[in-house]
Amino acid sequence: MSGSAADEMDELVKEFLVESHENLDRLDRELLTLEQNPASRDSLASIFRTIHTIKGTCGFLGFSKLEAVAHAGESLLSRLRDGALTFSAPIATALLRTVDAIREMLAEVEQKGSDGDHDYAALVVLLQQLQGEESGGKENDAAPVPRLDLPAPPVLSAPPVLAAPPVLAADVIPHPPDLADGRTPGVSDGYVRVDVGLLDRLMNLVGELVLARNQVLQFVPTVEDHAFTGTTQRLNLITTELQSSVMKTRMQPIGNVWDKTPRIVRDLALALGKRVRVEMEGKETELDKTIIEAIKDPLTHIVRNCVDHGVEPPEARTARGKPAEGRLFLRAFHEGGQVNIEISDDGAGLNLDRIRSKALERGLITGEQAGRMGDRELAELVFLPGFSTAEKVSNVSGRGVGMDVVKTNIERIGGVVDLTTRPGHGTTFRIKIPLTLAIIPALIVSSGGDRYAIPQVSLLELVRLHGTQVRAGIESVHGAAVCRLRGTLLPLVDLNRELGLDEGANAAALAKREAINIVVLQADNRRFGLVVDDINDTEEIVVKSLGKHLKGVPAFAGATIMGDGRVALILDVLGLALRAKVVGGASDRTAPRAGAGSDGAGVHRTTLLLFTLASGRRMAVPLSMLARLEVFDTTQVEPMADGHVVQYRGDVLPLVDIEGLLQMGRGMWKGADRAAEQVHVLVHGTGQRPVGLVVRRIVDIIDQSVDLRMNRGESREPGIRGCVIIEGRVTELLDLDALMRAAGARLSMPGETTSPAVEART
Amino acid sequence: MSDTRQFCTFRVQGFFFGVDVRRVQEVLRNQEMTRVPLAPPIVRGLINLRGQIVTAIDLRRRLALPDGAAERLPMNVIVRSDDGAVSLLVDEIGEVLTVANDASEAPPDTLNDVGRELIAGVFKLPGSLLLVLDTDKAIAPATGWRAGALAPTGRGPTHENPKLNKEED
Repeated sequence: MSGSAADEMDELVKEFLVESHENLDRLDRELLTLEQNPASRDSLASIFRTIHTIKGTCGFLGFSKLEAVAHAGESLLSRLRDGALTFSAPIATALLRTVDAIREMLAEVEQKGSDGDHDYAALVVLLQQLQGEESGGKENDAAPVPRLDLPAPPVLSAPPVLAAPPVLAADVIPHPPDLADGRTPGVSDGYVRVDVGLLDRLMNLVGELVLARNQVLQFVPTVEDHAFTGTTQRLNLITTELQSSVMKTRMQPIGNVWDKTPRIVRDLALALGKRVRVEMEGKETELDKTIIEAIKDPLTHIVRNCVDHGVEPPEARTARGKPAEGRLFLRAFHEGGQVNIEISDDGAGLNLDRIRSKALERGLITGEQAGRMGDRELAELVFLPGFSTAEKVSNVSGRGVGMDVVKTNIERIGGVVDLTTRPGHGTTFRIKIPLTLAIIPALIVSSGGDRYAIPQVSLLELVRLHGTQVRAGIESVHGAAVCRLRGTLLPLVDLNRELGLDEGANAAALAKREAINIVVLQADNRRFGLVVDDINDTEEIVVKSLGKHLKGVPAFAGATIMGDGRVALILDVLGLALRAKVVGGASDRTAPRAGAGSDGAGVHRTTLLLFTLASGRRMAVPLSMLARLEVFDTTQVEPMADGHVVQYRGDVLPLVDIEGLLQMGRGMWKGADRAAEQVHVLVHGTGQRPVGLVVRRIVDIIDQSVDLRMNRGESREPGIRGCVIIEGRVTELLDLDALMRAAGARLSMPGETTSPAVEART
Repeated sequence: MSDTRQFCTFRVQGFFFGVDVRRVQEVLRNQEMTRVPLAPPIVRGLINLRGQIVTAIDLRRRLALPDGAAERLPMNVIVRSDDGAVSLLVDEIGEVLTVANDASEAPPDTLNDVGRELIAGVFKLPGSLLLVLDTDKAIAPATGWRAGALAPTGRGPTHENPKLNKEED
């Protein structure tokens, strides 16, 4: 409640508003239940009673217009309850509109103190018409009297009011319902209404307390006093417990947001002539209130998109052998300190061809890029600003607020969103967001004399190389350092250099150091190693936002106050990775972002692996596309069906011949023709189906800007992105994604269906 | 009295500045600062003000004046803004002055770009001139970038400002 009008608002009206808001949200749900199950007298009775209460109270408070609408609704309901009418879709719509009208008037009451000057006469007439012929007479005596024929016992013994967790008015938060123990809490004994502002203040104070606690803990080693040590330990424990309790008060089940979904879907489906069923799993999954607020709009947007673009009209569905009624599935669950939310439909899936042509038409991607994009990359295009495939602007979507806003909003709270689509089977959006934003565990590192905090969620492992390990572990040329970590190539990023603290060390200088501390991080599904001066400790930090001046600095997500009272910056791992070009470029962010500076269309600075093929062709592939580089002895190579495989990490790795694939042959490697002793293999695909690409020799790893516009070959092979001049030699850029896609079926292994290991040995 | 105004005064490179006292939250001696790499040059660092993180703006750099001597630690004038508190780093803190409005004049046309942008007016005091700083403009991020960009060296402007200097004579 805001504004000065609210201050003067009569206590009674305030109470009425809070109560009515809750009731209305429940009404929405109950009306939908009723629509699905028109025979439910319980729901009907409860709806009737709610409307009746609102009508009674607003008559008492003198909101006559509100009373008139509520009265008309009530009259219609009483006819339904009497069995004189049967529940139907038009009636449901009219009643839902009544709920909306009441809601609008309540908003007016809240802001202006009166029920406004909107005219709802048309709605009242509609409600009366629906009541049938004798509406006039019925209307007058429809008020409380018929209440006597309510199916009273069920209402009194199990009032749905009590069973449903309260849905919140915008400014009120109840204690989270403790339903875990299966107890049905009473209305008044289990809850206290608390102002959200108070909870926020509480959270801030706890943040301060955590900082003070951290400061006190620093003194412990210097003070030799058992009493002091004991007290600080208790302080420590209590603070931690207090912190988690206060965090809990801010937790809300995601169901609070989802409860609005069935209504949105219903209205939308009706307007579009579709039939959609909503299913939910994990409604009780809890999230911090600020995060709930932040994901509300993105979720609604995705849901609308699924219904509007995803689910097909009933005829189209039946024609494809699917049930006429579409299914929208919402799912939420906790995993690894994060919350996963999935929204999927069983509709047509994304039309990738249309996305491609739309993106081309809008100039979001170049023809060159369009040609080499994989399905996944194409699907992700819908997240680009200015992208909408809606042919016509409906009131549903295509209003210029696109999926890019969804992505931005989710990323703003440290989340990620992606989507998978299967033509004909539907689309799934996956959102991963942190549980809370206020206090997070972080690793503290030092670089250039300052401390920086790295959020633990991005952290994979810590590696320290010293002495000979440094010389053996750090490789590379042309400045781009990589580290061989258990056989995997890990691009290295020097924090000092990225932050401009000093020139930083290139690979050669790194290799000369006594010891190197590497923090292995993950950003956008890419791993990279951050070289820092020192690794200090892990700590719970209180995240504070940066002022306006520093909002534009990509490397930092915020700041925090350390135990000694000094400020430390929190590194934005994704921002840092983008800045260091570890992620981004061709394979990740498919299209160049607007204003990306020198990285114009087609130019990407990437780390490339140069290699030669048996025929002498010189090729390059982004290092990030490869999982590992391996060398096998020829004795390890075993023949199979029509190709060769090696046993690799307990599985069978098919060896493929790049040139064979390019010439649309079967692509299985035919074995070493010369008496070579070793086979060099690039392992591609980290997931379930890795393949080994046989090369003659690995030439180099370079870091450079590749201008794909240099490509002149018109009749190029699929799987080749183009030619570039690297180190004075013509080098073909291999498009592994396209190659693997083109290869697809031809690469299926004979051993696929049986146990691969057994198959390989026979 | 409505025809007087109160200013919190301070000195930067010998110039006598004032900001409206109602905008000033507090005045602090030198505070420990954490530098922010990659930040615009006028941002000298972050200060912990009783648990609140405050951005410190170097007024010398903001005014395109040369950096002060390293051993001379700047003082903080903490001003309120829509975006929370912001600290202005100055050489020396003066007292709070009450001045009559009729001693005010528009800033001279001869001021340089930055001066004209940031100085809202001049008060003729006995023996000195009080330059009234437009606080909002001084702490506005967008112009902050521009001021940094205008400086010939880009990062850490060091050039002399002839017009401001002349005025002091």
